[in-house]
Order: sequence, then structure tokens, then C-alpha cells
Amino acid sequence: MTGLQDRLTPEQVEEFGRELDELRQRTVDDLGQEDVDYIHNVIKTQRGLEVAGRALLFAGFFPPAWLAGVGALSLAKVLDNMEIGHNVMHGQYDWTRDPALSSQRFEWDNVAPAENWRHSHNYIHHTYTNILDKDRDIGYGVLRMDPAQKWHPYYLGNPAYAALLAVFFQWGVMLHDLEFDRIVKGERKWSDTTEVVRKMVKKASRQVGKDYVLFPLLTGPLAPLTFAGNATANLVRNLWSFSIIFCGHFPAEVESFTEEETENESRGQWYLRQILGSANITGGPLFHIMSGNLSHQIEHHLFPDIPARRYPQIAGEVRAICEKYGLPYHTGPLHKQLWSVAKKLVKLALPRTSPAPTTVGADRQLRAA
Amino acid sequence: MTALIPRRVRSLASLAEALLTPHGMDRYLELVDPMLVRREIRGLVTAVRKQTPDSVTLTVKPSRAWPGFTAGQYVRLQVEIDGVRRTRCYSPCGSQYDGELEFTVKEQGLVSGHLNRAIGVGSVLNLSTPDGGFTLPAARPGRVLLIAGGSGITPVLAMARTLVTEGHTGEIVFVQYSNGPADALYRTELAELAARHPGLRVVHAYTHSKGGDLNGFFAPEHLARVAPWFRDAEAFVCGPKPLMDAVRDHLGERVHTEEFTPPALTFDTANAEGQVRFKRSGRECANSGKPLLEQAEEAGLSPEHGCRMGICFSCTQLKTAGRVRNAKTGEISGEEDEEIQLCISVPVGDVEIDA
Ligand code: FES
Repeated sequence: MTGLQDRLTPEQVEEFGRELDELRQRTVDDLGQEDVDYIHNVIKTQRGLEVAGRALLFAGFFPPAWLAGVGALSLAKVLDNMEIGHNVMHGQYDWTRDPALSSQRFEWDNVAPAENWRHSHNYIHHTYTNILDKDRDIGYGVLRMDPAQKWHPYYLGNPAYAALLAVFFQWGVMLHDLEFDRIVKGERKWSDTTEVVRKMVKKASRQVGKDYVLFPLLTGPLAPLTFAGNATANLVRNLWSFSIIFCGHFPAEVESFTEEETENESRGQWYLRQILGSANITGGPLFHIMSGNLSHQIEHHLFPDIPARRYPQIAGEVRAICEKYGLPYHTGPLHKQLWSVAKKLVKLALPRTSPAPTTVGADRQLRAA
Repeated sequence: MTALIPRRVRSLASLAEALLTPHGMDRYLELVDPMLVRREIRGLVTAVRKQTPDSVTLTVKPSRAWPGFTAGQYVRLQVEIDGVRRTRCYSPCGSQYDGELEFTVKEQGLVSGHLNRAIGVGSVLNLSTPDGGFTLPAARPGRVLLIAGGSGITPVLAMARTLVTEGHTGEIVFVQYSNGPADALYRTELAELAARHPGLRVVHAYTHSKGGDLNGFFAPEHLARVAPWFRDAEAFVCGPKPLMDAVRDHLGERVHTEEFTPPALTFDTANAEGQVRFKRSGRECANSGKPLLEQAEEAGLSPEHGCRMGICFSCTQLKTAGRVRNAKTGEISGEEDEEIQLCISVPVGDVEIDA
């Protein structure tokens, strides 16, 4: 496996960075009314689906209505979290100066408070993408997702933890900010978490309040059906977003890095790491929208603050640049990527770390041994 | 019994808010009708009229959240141009007792140009709460001198109309400076107003053509001729800076002005030192000596802003550490956790902003 630093010559890295910067600039210069109209349409659709879903559950005694209601609500939650929330909170629409599209003010339909998420995701994950011990999205502090993570009998439960995480994904994302694993290891004190916890409790109680108390109560005798409907919609959103997100960074060929090899990175090297550390999912336009265009994880990681609807438009060019520099461009259909993630989850539950380690650091350790 | 109703309405509203969490009611209401929002102020354009070829007069019906304004104040108007919300300040020029707002906008600059060209009956604008201390004192002065130049007429006209609605019993002299009769905004309205109200006298001063009640730029004799009592009056002036300066030089203390064109600010970019940290976004840059708004933008942030000249306060952010110089006043402030206007604040050494 070639190390991060040896992939390209310094001149190449620079040229490569420049090409991507140019692509970025061209896209940014082209932003305008169309992008705003697009996101407004998505928002309108999402709100419509949400209202329709909630309304249909008032007729939940009639099974087709219940099913349709849950379907609409699930779609609404997926759109809210992915194409709208994730992207708006990345600042993709800050240039519009519309407070309703402001990354600083947006809240999503998810128990994880936007503010905590902006720190753990926008800042930590997007800055330190796939750097072991720094990117806390590698395994979310509970899973072993990289052979370089030291094995421990605890990890025998890897597949089971992943399944649990998928089911309760929004809660996982919320608790992620607690950095619970670091508390266990004594690297972080409970008292450091008061602020974060306060926000979690506030946000989660509002979310739970509306989905599991208020709306069920409003439907009177149908309360249990409404409760089940809302729970199902949350579950659908959880499973879907877990799948999309895990396919973005954990299929087999995706690489991870060590802190040493990413020290003093230039802009070009940073771009390089984003490409090597991400994977796309192929699919049609609707699939891309429902995944919040995170099916274009590579483009998203290169340009996290460019409106996601632009990713499919620039993907061809990004891929061409990768080819030009002999870089991999990981992509594949959803089932293939999911299967690859699943295999990894199982394999890494066990101490043996074949195939070859994926980080240069581990490579060196191995050679030294 | 009646006391119960608003409470019930209020608890219904908060139930709706709880059900519509996290987005809140407005985000749903606006999809039905943008004028229904409760927390933001919107204005529906109900009439568009051209008084002069290069200006437009809009009648705007504000939504329920509009708190009303005091004559002389300004409002931040926001329009979407090519997907981006742009803001500028305008003074409503109707009486403060009118239910609808009236704006007259000269076609110059991005937002004003857009208001002239692209806004029609049925357009919806975003409005801020009114702001600004250029207002008549609560105890209305007996003698009022109103001086306007060009589009500076708007706040002053609002004052005149408000005084007339109130049935002001003293003397009001309204002097309007314009290039010539064709440029004089609100000529007819002013004439009608004066006809209706015996205490009001309207004087036209032409700077570039003959035939006015007065001719040429403002000169002390102008006042001696049209308002010999000017020393006992309260004077309100709005217009180009030279006009305001000239009146102020002559009248001193008694002049109230509205400054829309700020004095030119100077920045020392050569001797800037220290680091600027934007806390929430984690960005950091070396202080370039320019206003923080520009530095933030150069660092890739896009903080909210409007006028970029210290007027509208849309760029206000919390400074959590360090000292800044106010480029308008030269004042240096080093208080912790202080709200500052990014567009006119220049860091003095290390500064941390919560943005
Ligand atoms: S942008 Fe208007 S006060 Fe700063």
C-alpha cells in the first residue's frame, strides 16, 4: 500500500490541489437562484410529506392509511436529515444569507442538537477525515472499523454493536458528542460534558415529546398506532442514514491515515486524503437526493460547503482528475458497498488483521517487527 | 372571560410550536402564505408608483409582527437578488399613524436598483424592526424646521406627515433641496399637505436651475428668508453630507441629522498585529487591519450583514476576547463578551469573535 505522502510528487500534489481549487471556484461562482430554488423545493416537499404523514396517522385505524402515513413521514425525516439538514448545517447555503438556511441557526428533526453536531461532524470529522485517533467517526467510539485500532475482546461484539447503532442511529449520533469512550479511558471528565449534555437533554426531550407523547395523544384512541408509526419512521430514517454514512467511509478499499503522515498537510494533500478516505455510491437522481447527495461522499469531502446538488454535476470532473493522477475513485452500488462494510465489521471483530494493514504507520510497524 | 381567550390562543400556539419542532410554525406557515409568519416581519407590496424616472414609490402592507415606527426612523429592507438576500436601510415616508408603509427609493446601487426594476404589486419583502434615533421629540416643538435634500426627503416627510396628522398647532417650514423641479420628489403631495395644513409652509430650493423659492446650495440667508425664527426651532435635516454639514455649521446644537453616508473610514493595514480567531467556526487568521467583517469573509465565513457601514447592526456579533477599535468613532474597547459591529470594528492585537 502506498503511503499518503508518496502517492504524488510534491509538484503533482500542488498541481492537483490547484485543479481542485479551480473546480471549486468555478462552482462557487456559478451559485445562484437555481440552487436556492432547488433547496426551497426540497424543503417544500419535505414539509408537505411531513404534514401528510402526520395527518394520515390520524386515520391510522385503516391500515393503508397507516402505511402511507409512515411512508410519508419516513421520507420526510430522511429528507430533513440528509438533503436539507446535513447540507444546510454544513454552511452550503450560508451565502444566501437567508436565516432559514443558515448553518448556525438550522435545527434538524433528529435528537442530536445541531450545535453539538456541527462541532463533531463539520469540524472534527471533516478536518481530520480518516485520521486514526483524531477522526471520531471511525467506529464512532464503539466499533472497530480499522485494522490499526488495537483489538480487544470487547470488539467480538462488533457486528452486534453495529446493528444496534444502525437501529438507534440518531441516538448514536447524539451520544457521539459525549465522547463516552474517552470518559471510560479517563481522557475526558464527566464534568466536561455538562454543556453538551444540557443541549442533548433539551433537544431530545422536544423530539421525543412530539413523536412519542404529543402526536400520539392528539390521535386519542389511536395513540398506540401513532406511537408505533412515529417509531417506525424514526427507525427507517436511522437505518437509511446509517447505511449511507457507513458506505461513505468504511468499504474495504477506503484508506485511513496516521497522525504523523498527515502532519503539516498542504491543501493538495488534504484534498488527496479526502479522496482516499471516502467512497461514493452509484444510483439514480432520486437515490442521490434521498441520500442527501452523500452518495457523492468524495465530492462532499472535497467541498463540504458547496451545495450538494452540485456534486453529481462535478463528479465527472473529479473522477477525471483522479484518473489523471492515478488515484482511486471508490464507488459502487449500494448493495456492494454495504456488503463490503458488513464484511469489514465481522472481520475486524476478530484479532487477526488480514489483509494487509491500510495505514503507513501500521505498515512501518510491521516492517520493523 | 375575555382574558381567557388570548391565553388559550397562546397555549394553542405553543402547542403548535411543540408539534412543529424543530422548525417552528413560521417555516410551515410561510409555505401557505409568506405574510402569515409570526416571528419575522414581512411586507406585501400593494402599490407601485413612479414619481420620477429614476425612483419608485412602494406602498407596503406589513405583516402582523410589525411593531409600528416613529417618523424619522429607518427599516432594513431585504430582497432576494439572484438567490442572495441583500439588505439596505430605507426610511418609511408616510405618517407613523398610517397602517401601510411607503418607501421611495432612488435607483442607485444593487438593492435600490432591484426595488426599482423587479418589484411589483404582490411582491413580498422582508422588513426589520424600525431603528434609529432621528425622531421628533415626544413633546413636539412649536417651531419645526425640516430640511431635505434629494432622497433624504423620506424621513423628513414622515415627520411632516405625522405632525400634520397630529394637528400640530405651531409653525413648520419644509425646505426641499433638489436640482430642479423635475427632481423634486413628492412635489404634489407636499403641495397638498401644505394646502391642508395652514401651519405648514413648503419651500423649494433648486440647486441647478432657476425659478425655485430659493436658488443654489444651502446658505444661511435661505433660513433668514423662509424661517426667520430658525434659532428658536428644532431643525431636522436629511440629505447629502455637504448639505447636512452646512446646516450643522450654521445651526449647531439644534440640528438633528440622519447620516446615511458615513464619513470615510481609514484603516491602518500596515501596522496591524495579532491573530483573529472565529470561535464557532474554528477559523483563524492574522489580523490584516481591515474591518472584522472583511477579515471574516476572507477567512471563508459569511457573517450576516447589511449596510457594511455601521448603520444597520445586522453584523453584530459577540466579541469574546481582545480589543477592537471602532473605525467610526476611533474608540477602543476591550470589554469582554461585548457585542460589536463587525463591519466597523478593527482588531487591536489578538481578538476572538464568537462567529
Ligand atoms: S453591516 Fe450594517 S452595521 Fe455592520
